[in-house]
Amino acid sequence: MAKKDGGIAFNLISHQKLEHLSSSDKLKYILNEVKEGRILVLEHGLTPTEQAKLIEHTMKEINHDTFIGIEIGGYENEKVGFFQRVFGVAKKPRMTVIGPAHLLKMVHKDNDMIETTIIPGKGAS
Amino acid sequence: MGILERFRESKFSKMIKKVFGKSHAKIGIYGPPNVGKTTLANRILRDWTGDIMGSVSEVPHETRRAKWKNNIRINNGGSSLTMDLVDTPGIATKIDFKEFMNMYGMDKDASRMRAKEATEGVIEAIRWLDDIDGVVLVMDATQDPFTQVNVTIIGNLEARNLPILIAANKIDAENASPATLKSAFPQHPVIPISALTGYNTENLYTMMVKEFGKKRHKKRR
Ligand SMILES: Nc1nc2c(ncn2[C@@H]2O[C@H](COP(=O)(O)OP(=O)(O)OP(=O)(O)O)[C@@H](O)[C@H]2O)c(=O)[nH]1
Ligand SMILES: [Mg+2]
Repeated sequence: MAKKDGGIAFNLISHQKLEHLSSSDKLKYILNEVKEGRILVLEHGLTPTEQAKLIEHTMKEINHDTFIGIEIGGYENEKVGFFQRVFGVAKKPRMTVIGPAHLLKMVHKDNDMIETTIIPGKGAS
Repeated sequence: MGILERFRESKFSKMIKKVFGKSHAKIGIYGPPNVGKTTLANRILRDWTGDIMGSVSEVPHETRRAKWKNNIRINNGGSSLTMDLVDTPGIATKIDFKEFMNMYGMDKDASRMRAKEATEGVIEAIRWLDDIDGVVLVMDATQDPFTQVNVTIIGNLEARNLPILIAANKIDAENASPATLKSAFPQHPVIPISALTGYNTENLYTMMVKEFGKKRHKKRR
């Protein structure tokens, strides 16, 4: 966990920053940032396959004294059409927030709003 | 590839299997920890085979290895479904061993061991997603349904055009709100049940035969 002098880093990541990366590089980038104690808001979220991979990678990285996992929440995009579904085109998710579970807590999520809190006393100095 | 293997791989062979109904569905019971997956698996087995799947506990991550039983036949009026049923470990995005100590009074070593095994269980559950033909996604009707775990499971199945039934479990509990689950996931059937008491499980069985008996074009990831 990164020692922070000035509070908790909260970074807004444009889709341009991630779109040229392969899925695996994208996940590596995200997980590294989160393990460093940063909270990320992605302009474009992850595909369902990427979400599943991210959970898998997170499980491998859990170290019970320093990293207990992630908190993540995002919006799904509008419905994809029938033909896209038949051909396996995944829904493209929109805005997504990801952070280390010891800092970020999902309070409530519905179709219109994601409510989170940042857990005080664990990095905000 | 020999002629025999080639035949097994061929469309024709798949068609024969369809016609004679020999291929059967591999159905996964999925969901976050502690929602009642194993309780439901045990109930399905008790109702249809007299068997049991695994142990149940109020402590999350009780199931840490996937377990399965083959050739379970469910009847519904004239139609039936033969399936292999997989009970998977609860999927989570975080696992904190201190929770086992502080909330359930487990000692430190046991808590750490449970947490470690739980991380492996999550990975196993996710890997099984590649191998199944349909999912009963169990949710706890007393809790907020929009969790990342639910969204991720649904998203992966939708991307491969596989059927999902949502079992809104624990509706015997006083604060259960199956209506919230129904409005949260309007695109999939939501069946309120109590795996504990058996309430409305006939309805779940009817839906399983209907939804998992259908042939679909499965997409590989
Ligand atoms: N009230 C009520 N409790 C239930 C019901 N189904 C399961 N439970 C309880 O919920 C707890 C968890 O049940 P499990 O079947 O172990 O849950 P699980 O989803 O398999 O959990 P993991 O294996 O840890 O992922 C136990 O205490 C069960 O008795 C139900 O329909 N109603
Ligand atoms: Mg279980």
